[in-house]
Amino acid sequence: MSDLLLSVEGLTTEFHLPGFRFTAVDDVSFAVRRGETLGLVGESGSGKSVTAFSLIQLVAPPGRVTAGRVLFGDRDLLALSDAELCRVRGAEIGVVFQEPMAALNPIMRIGAHIVEALEVHGLARGAEARARAIDLLRAVRLSDPERQVDSYPHELSGGMRQRAMLAIALACGPPLLIADEPTTALDVTVQAAMLELLRSLQRESGLGLLLITHDFGVIAEMADRVAVMYAGRIVEQGPVRDVLQSPAHPYTRGLLESMPGGTPGQRLRAIDGTVPSPDARPEGCAFAPRCREARPGCSTVRPREVLLTESRRVTCHLYTGDVPAAADGQAEARA
Amino acid sequence: MTPLLEVAGLSKHFVTRRGWLRPPHTVRAVEDVSFAIAPGETFALVGESGSGKSTTGRCVLRLTEPTSGAVRFDGEDVLAFPPKRLRAARRDMQMVFQDPYTSLNPRMRAGAIVAEPLEIHRVGSSASRRDRVAELLALVGLDAAHMSRYPHEFSGGQRQRLGLARALALEPKFLVADEPVSALDVSIQAQVINLLMDLQARLGLTYLFIAHDLRLVRHIATRVGVMHQGRLVEVGPTAELFERPAHPYTQQLLASIPSLDPDARRRAS
Ligand SMILES: Nc1ncnc2c1ncn2[C@@H]1O[C@H](COP(=O)(O)OP(=O)(O)O)[C@@H](O)[C@H]1O
Ligand SMILES: Nc1ncnc2c1ncn2[C@@H]1O[C@H](COP(=O)(O)OP(=O)(O)O)[C@@H](O)[C@H]1O
Ligand code: SF4
Ligand SMILES: [Mg+2]
Ligand SMILES: [Mg+2]
Repeated sequence: MSDLLLSVEGLTTEFHLPGFRFTAVDDVSFAVRRGETLGLVGESGSGKSVTAFSLIQLVAPPGRVTAGRVLFGDRDLLALSDAELCRVRGAEIGVVFQEPMAALNPIMRIGAHIVEALEVHGLARGAEARARAIDLLRAVRLSDPERQVDSYPHELSGGMRQRAMLAIALACGPPLLIADEPTTALDVTVQAAMLELLRSLQRESGLGLLLITHDFGVIAEMADRVAVMYAGRIVEQGPVRDVLQSPAHPYTRGLLESMPGGTPGQRLRAIDGTVPSPDARPEGCAFAPRCREARPGCSTVRPREVLLTESRRVTCHLYTGDVPAAADGQAEARA
Repeated sequence: MTPLLEVAGLSKHFVTRRGWLRPPHTVRAVEDVSFAIAPGETFALVGESGSGKSTTGRCVLRLTEPTSGAVRFDGEDVLAFPPKRLRAARRDMQMVFQDPYTSLNPRMRAGAIVAEPLEIHRVGSSASRRDRVAELLALVGLDAAHMSRYPHEFSGGQRQRLGLARALALEPKFLVADEPVSALDVSIQAQVINLLMDLQARLGLTYLFIAHDLRLVRHIATRVGVMHQGRLVEVGPTAELFERPAHPYTQQLLASIPSLDPDARRRAS
């Protein structure tokens, strides 16, 4: 049996808005293996959440997945019927979002959410389902699970709610969990506990995790491999150690250099400018207006993804060879 | 050196009612907090949400009236200021917020937003105010052409710059910056942090910097105070506090910072 759990190829999602059309997810490819954590990192608006929604066909109009394949086992999720998709969501792919309140029904007790998931997927019902719900709440280390099973979402703190959400997502024992900024709204001590919980669940069950975040700290703590997203494209991906220690793409380098650290009180090495709005993206590399290493052709010629090593890919003209370096050779100065 | 700001035994209790059948409930948001900030310093307040950081900042500026305690600014008792004197004092003490969007009037253009404090305090003629606004926008790295834009036409980082330009209009000595970069992406956050450090060096500003990003605090603060459930549980010079945290809560907080080194991952709990 292959190790591969999820394989995404050329995923493209467009929004058709009055007057213009933009590509929120642009020819994105990545894979998640059994027991592995793939970190998807990027600043806000880069397309991380739309990617997550696209995988499980939850993009609502005016958005639409227009190309690609999402292979999960031997099925292409993009080709499944609604009924088949419903079976996959929840039973085979669990999902946790940044704001659990939006995903929980405020008038349903925590336990009822879990019981519903178990019943819908025909895994347990009645008293057995309730007992399983309590076990799950215990597994996500919610204190006093016998009592909390009857709590309403608003009665829990942010960290407890996020654990409850995780218990619901894991109710049917899915092999894959998609977690979109699961700790962003939490305090740092609560975040640390949540990340440790995810790690231990992975150790116990071999859960594959697609972890979406804007925080490189969370990536360094959790990910085996990382994919960096900018303006809808994955600009670099590879093993987490390699990417963090020797980032290949100028955007990845810029992000890591912007982070506070180094000598206290020194100026940070900020990236100039801002993320281009979707209607103002350059034709070529979307990072070109902010890139310190940009070459004359970068803003017009779209860079393709190239393999640096078997496990590392980068989408940048410094590596494609499609755009000549500036005549003065300045842009060649790199590590 | 005599401190610019001295806070002693500051407390703020909020009495809230949860329905009129239940007895009122007292939230001890800030409880017996004392610290001092020397001129030119960046004093950071850290702690989890709800620990009382913002309330402390607001009490210092008397945007919230403290329940008890003392606040001295430049040797004067701020809590004893009558309204007129307080208004004058506000020229020296300003606040920058996390989301300038909620603190900037959405129907005013950028130029008017920055000019407003000058008008309220009747500083200069209308012509000199115009020049001053252009100067302030340049100071925070905004183009003079931005003057006629509305807040929603700016990006998050630019809005934070605009909020800063307004806060700096009256040449304050002291800024309370409440999570000024928490809502910004890391690349933009770095731009605004650089700006705050530049302004401090150029204008000799003193900062009370409220934040929950401990990595950032370590980078810019000279001293740090750790708040927990309304109390200041530890205060110290930044390097010392990060290297040898004394209070168990500080230790827990620092141990929770995700490391940027994948090889330094925490093992099983
Ligand atoms: N329902 C929608 N309608 C129009 N544009 C959208 C919608 N949802 C997302 N977008 C746009 O798609 C882009 C990617 O968004 P998103 O995936 O949420 O970013 P991220 O999760 O990386 O912060 C953004 O420019 C966002 O404004
Ligand atoms: N106006 C108010 N009325 C009632 N309670 C308040 C008010 N402002 C703050 N609080 C409470 O005071 C405590 C401290 O809040 P705050 O100072 O905002 O914390 P922080 O800035 O550290 O997150 C919290 O429990 C909060 O709910
Ligand atoms: S393609 Fe050009 S502009 Fe884009 S990141 Fe690479 S060097 Fe910079
Ligand atoms: Mg998102
Ligand atoms: Mg606050």
